[in-house]
Amino acid sequence: MTAKLTADSLTLFRGERCLFENLSFALNPGELLLLEGCNGSGKTSLIRAIAGLIELESGEIYWDEQPVRRQRQVFNNELVWMAHRVGFKADLSLVENLRFESALRRDSRHDLDDILTRLNINRLKRLPVRSLSAGQQRRVALARMLMSAATLWMMDEPVTNLDREGRSLVMTLVSEHLARGGMVIMAAHQDIQIDFPVHTIQLQ
Amino acid sequence: MTDNQPEMPGLGRGMMAVAKRDLFLAWKRPGDVLNPLFFFAMVATLFPLAVGPSAEQLEFSGPGVLWVAALLAMLLSLNSLFVSDFEDGSLEQMLVSPVPLAALSLGKTIAHWLTSGLPLVIVAPILGMTFRMPASVMGVLMLTLLLGTISLSLLGSIGAALTVGLHRGTALLSLLILPLAMPLLIFGARTVSLAAAGDVVAGGLYFLAAYAVLIVSLAPFAIAAALRISNE
Amino acid sequence: MWKFIHKLASPPHFYGLAAKIIPWFFLPGLILIIYGLYGGLLLAPPDYQQGDAFRIIYVHVPSAYLSLMAYSIMAISAGIGLIWRLKLAHAVAAAAAPIGAWFTFLALATGSLWGRPMWGTWWERGDPRLTSELVMLFLYFGYMALRGAIDDTAKADRASAVLALVGAVNVPIIHFSVEWWSSLHQGPTLMKKGGPAMDAAMLYPLLAMILGFTLIFGALLLRRVRTEVLYRERRTRWVRHLVLSSAVEKK
Repeated sequence: MTAKLTADSLTLFRGERCLFENLSFALNPGELLLLEGCNGSGKTSLIRAIAGLIELESGEIYWDEQPVRRQRQVFNNELVWMAHRVGFKADLSLVENLRFESALRRDSRHDLDDILTRLNINRLKRLPVRSLSAGQQRRVALARMLMSAATLWMMDEPVTNLDREGRSLVMTLVSEHLARGGMVIMAAHQDIQIDFPVHTIQLQ
Repeated sequence: MTDNQPEMPGLGRGMMAVAKRDLFLAWKRPGDVLNPLFFFAMVATLFPLAVGPSAEQLEFSGPGVLWVAALLAMLLSLNSLFVSDFEDGSLEQMLVSPVPLAALSLGKTIAHWLTSGLPLVIVAPILGMTFRMPASVMGVLMLTLLLGTISLSLLGSIGAALTVGLHRGTALLSLLILPLAMPLLIFGARTVSLAAAGDVVAGGLYFLAAYAVLIVSLAPFAIAAALRISNE
Repeated sequence: MWKFIHKLASPPHFYGLAAKIIPWFFLPGLILIIYGLYGGLLLAPPDYQQGDAFRIIYVHVPSAYLSLMAYSIMAISAGIGLIWRLKLAHAVAAAAAPIGAWFTFLALATGSLWGRPMWGTWWERGDPRLTSELVMLFLYFGYMALRGAIDDTAKADRASAVLALVGAVNVPIIHFSVEWWSSLHQGPTLMKKGGPAMDAAMLYPLLAMILGFTLIFGALLLRRVRTEVLYRERRTRWVRHLVLSSAVEKK
């Protein structure tokens, strides 16, 4: 059990249905964990359960060989979450939103402008988030991932409904993150091609 | 929070960041703040009209009416406390944040009280005049409302956290909070009545203060637990 | 010892065990109530102050006591379910609520009936016990309403558990605050606490009623929990087996 992130016998029920049972995996820096399955297969529930948003029926998740249950804050500091609902206040500007989020983390990056330029949204930074398109809001979410110094990126369907340019941007960023020794858990319903070790969990 | 984790973001900093953000958001939408305040003023003004201008009746009913109006105004403002965060996903981001959720919840409640509770305290003496309240009693009124609205903000946040995202959550929120708010209403209104009668008010004030301390220390954890459950 | 508790917490074992225990609660409870009613309504002498009207305490006091006890059981089992994740504990909490609400209503109705000959009104503003019973009724309603508003059983369990615990902290405060308020008002109270000691002929039937009501409550609770368990576990193998085997027997 020397992997950075391990899961042991995860089981989850949703109402009466058993979504997954006795599921285990191990993930190390530089690796991607892909949760694959069609809609309703439980992959979103699984990734949410790993992030701590849903309570598991049974099973344990370990970070650095310690149960996450006992070090919730440490684990949360190491992860950054990206879901369909981007989680920005529509009334605030891009910059205000990101600055608020970095106040909740100690070790964020300080080169906000560079990151925004890289993602091609620097010219939008003073606009309220409500006036950005869905694609642009996704990029702000990517900015959040880059701004945090988190090791573990958790992404729920990051490339769904994106055009080719958007998809390649996401995959480029993911590759760079993995190259830096980061870890990624991704829920997706299509195949992901990447030059890094990929563990796949298929959910029915 | 422990010594060997130097990178943990401070509790206080996280709490203040949330409070500042919410205050800024409230400033951008003043309607949300003003609505409950107008409601408070309206209820307090409607009562003398309905009850009649008899001086004794007004003086007698003043403390109770103002307190009930304050309670209802706070309920009105609590409805939407977590709704926008729940819908746009920022609540979820708070759930995965390294700052403990209890601290973030307390930050939100502080901002809520500053925008919904404190204005009531400030406006109350003006309304007290329509009930022929003497100045000395107004001081006690403000003090009881100050302590009471703090407790109500927290107590109500628990209810708001439990009902966010539920169908007909509004009515349910009132049903959940009003029984729990009973002691506050009793002690708040009656202490002001005692002041009007010239009696000792220390007992009532101490109770309100003690209750506020109890709630401030326990409610954030209940709010955090409720938010986690509601977001699932 | 732990093994026994573990076994008890397993739904199928509880289901079977409870079925055996219920008669032991129900019959003694019934007997005690019959004795209590006979002793209280017929044998005990009339009160020197209130005449025969006081006899309503034989129903009112046990009901009020049980409304509080039911809430405690609800809150404690909800807490156990929340902290130790025991599904059976959540079932107990869910089952206790409606029973507790009924006892609260009974306490209110009998208290109000008592008030009528005493004060000429159905509701006396200053009475602390009636007011806190009413608040208690609303606490029960809130709990049941919250449960009903959430579709997912596990989520409803946990949300209502938080509510029950918050309510539990507040219940003593509510009682205390109403007492304080009525002491200011100086109105009549239904039950004087440090009053003259009760005549033995009056007291024993009352104790019998309290104990009898408690046992009946226990029987009702166990029955309700069994039904809850059956519903919650309806898709498991043991329930299906139970249903099928009893259907076969009927044939």
